[in-house]
Amino acid sequence: MTEFVDFVLTEVAPALNQGLVASLELILPSAFFGVLIGLTAGALRVYGSPLVRRLTDTYVSLFRGTPLVVQLYFWYFALPYVHVGEFALVLSPFAACVLGFSLCSGAYQSEYVRGGLLSIRKGQLKAAQALGMTAFQAVTRIVLPQAIRRAFPGCGNEIIYLIKYSSLASIITVNELTGIGRGIAKATFKNTETYLVVGLYYLALVTVATLALRWAERRFSIPGFEYQEE
Amino acid sequence: MSDFAVLRVEHITKAFGGQPILKGVSLELFPGNLKVLIGPSGGGKSTLLQCINHLIPPDSGQVYLEGERLNPASKQNLRSFRRQVGMIFQDFNLFEHLSALDNVRVALGLVRGFSKAQATERAMAELTRVGLQSRAGHYPAQLSGGQKQRVSVARALAMDPKVMLLDEPTSALDPELIGEVLAVIRDLATLGMPMIMATHQIGFAASLADEFLFMDHGVIVEHGSPADLLAKGSESRTRAFSAKISELTCEMGE
Amino acid sequence: MDIQELHSALESLPYILGGLPATLGLILGALAVGFVLGVPLAVGRVYGGRTTRTLVKLYVWLFRGVPILVQMYLFYFGILAWLSSLPGLSFLHLDSAFLAAILVLGLTSAAYQCQIFKGAIASLPSGQLKAALALGMSPTTAIWRIILPQALRLAIPAWSNEYSILLKDSALAFVIGVMEIMSRTRAVASATHQPLPLSLVAGIIFFALTWIGLKAMRVVEDRVRIKGYTQQGSI
Ligand SMILES: Nc1ncnc2c1ncn2[C@@H]1O[C@H](COP(=O)(O)OP(=O)(O)OP(=O)(O)O)[C@@H](O)[C@H]1O
Ligand SMILES: [Mg+2]
Repeated sequence: MTEFVDFVLTEVAPALNQGLVASLELILPSAFFGVLIGLTAGALRVYGSPLVRRLTDTYVSLFRGTPLVVQLYFWYFALPYVHVGEFALVLSPFAACVLGFSLCSGAYQSEYVRGGLLSIRKGQLKAAQALGMTAFQAVTRIVLPQAIRRAFPGCGNEIIYLIKYSSLASIITVNELTGIGRGIAKATFKNTETYLVVGLYYLALVTVATLALRWAERRFSIPGFEYQEE
Repeated sequence: MSDFAVLRVEHITKAFGGQPILKGVSLELFPGNLKVLIGPSGGGKSTLLQCINHLIPPDSGQVYLEGERLNPASKQNLRSFRRQVGMIFQDFNLFEHLSALDNVRVALGLVRGFSKAQATERAMAELTRVGLQSRAGHYPAQLSGGQKQRVSVARALAMDPKVMLLDEPTSALDPELIGEVLAVIRDLATLGMPMIMATHQIGFAASLADEFLFMDHGVIVEHGSPADLLAKGSESRTRAFSAKISELTCEMGE
Repeated sequence: MDIQELHSALESLPYILGGLPATLGLILGALAVGFVLGVPLAVGRVYGGRTTRTLVKLYVWLFRGVPILVQMYLFYFGILAWLSSLPGLSFLHLDSAFLAAILVLGLTSAAYQCQIFKGAIASLPSGQLKAALALGMSPTTAIWRIILPQALRLAIPAWSNEYSILLKDSALAFVIGVMEIMSRTRAVASATHQPLPLSLVAGIIFFALTWIGLKAMRVVEDRVRIKGYTQQGSI
């Protein structure tokens, strides 16, 4: 047991802390862009012209219908082979990950945003316009604040997923938590111990994020407006 | 006299979260009796009825069926007690995934061990008794409220209950559907089924009940024959309460 | 990407599709494991005592908090390798990657399926259980015959989502060497140096599988629908 603690403290934890930083560097921008894309795509899927709706729907079903690992593979390995004239886009592993995570997460997020928007009854918009608000005012001041609260739990869940799926970055050589863990495991042959600790790191990340999201949800909740629990 | 009681309830108490809801309720039900629970909303009528068959476990108190004490610690005993005490709910509680026939049949097989053929025959007989033989294949969502409640009566009767507990059997129904359910209950009363019924249908209840039990704040504050309690000039709470209800529903004249 | 490349990608299609049984096996196996564990977990979560409920919550927390990828490494290279090194357990040889992947995917899916079924059970009116008990059914009988048949039907839309999640997660089994579609694609891509057409081929295959699965689920949903029963479509 002490041997295990020793191993964790001297060999695993210092390296994994570095990995944790790298993971956060992936997760935070991806979550930000994911939400941004999700909000935009969600709104376009509800309010867009038929053509725009078709296009955003296609984007969403493509990214939800294929595994993230295939998408990452495409962004990192395949994209350089797409030539536009002489020009080809070569992404660093990090950039490929943030791009892949954001686009994929955004597609999932848009589902909840769309659901949230659709759940707000037409009467709300009409009532706002009846008071003399412009359509823009009515949407941003009346509909969106309600829709975002409705979408919040689902979007929060997607961020939790994003944290876990950020581990896929190790497959395209990013040295984040999982990648560094694999390095340690290979070097020390202590697979069980190392991956247990890696698992704990993710567990901690997910738990902290869950608590933070739950706090935020409660902070902005309106009596009687919540979705039922979980 | 009390030896003949079909159902005897002794000093039932129940508190929710420190708040006493039933404060020692006792009653006796004799063969052929229909006792009616009335009283203001929140008085504890539903809680009492569900405490009797321990769907809500009471904090203290005893229940006897035909002189035999219910021992809720014995699962066997509790189940056989419940089997013999029919329960009708305000909101029907038909099993939504089963047809009317299966609603009546399911417990016959599972609880009474009937063969499928026996269960079908019995279930059809009960559905016929409540006038729904033609609706046997319908699912609950395809039935009207009144039909649902009649199926739930058939479901309870199929268990050969010795007593029935009815918790506001008509209050979730549209006015025009109340009559068909009351007719079924009237038939049962005529056949001598011992029943305890919570209801706000004072007029109907007065025409059938042997006794009114007026419940408020977890106690039976008043009891007596409907004729006495509702008599002109009576100072009873029952009369005052009925007057208030009939003002709202114009139902007294029955 | 020129015609030549496309042609050679198409030539490798039979080889890649050879991974279909493995992919489908992973999904169906994991769905089954997840269902068989998820239903009792959900029942324990709703109807269990305090200890049971806490244990179920702990299980869900653990398996929802650790990435599939890390679990694959942990189970296969860690725990399974260690077990097979014990005397008498050498039959748990590292060949069992396929079973290890099913286990990992299934245990995680059980945590999610537990949440789905719990939501469905909780959405039933409490009167359903009461009415069953009032007829003299035992709690076990009531849950089996009255609660679960309704709850499982209600859960189908959310549950069908579990299929597409597992389909996508199954693509991670390549990290422990299961020769499913993703790992065959990678093998061909690195041998031919043509990641572009091959990643498109893999994408199309997975997309088609998602689509077919969802259509199939809809058929099931229609099949088991209770007439006239239009309670909330999703949970
Ligand atoms: N599960 C519970 N938890 C807490 N309080 C409860 C619970 N069930 C009932 N109560 C409370 O017990 C009291 C009596 O309720 P009960 O349903 O028995 O009244 P009632 O006489 O049937 O009223 P009504 O005519 O409206 O049906 C109410 O104040 C109610 O709020
Ligand atoms: Mg009541």
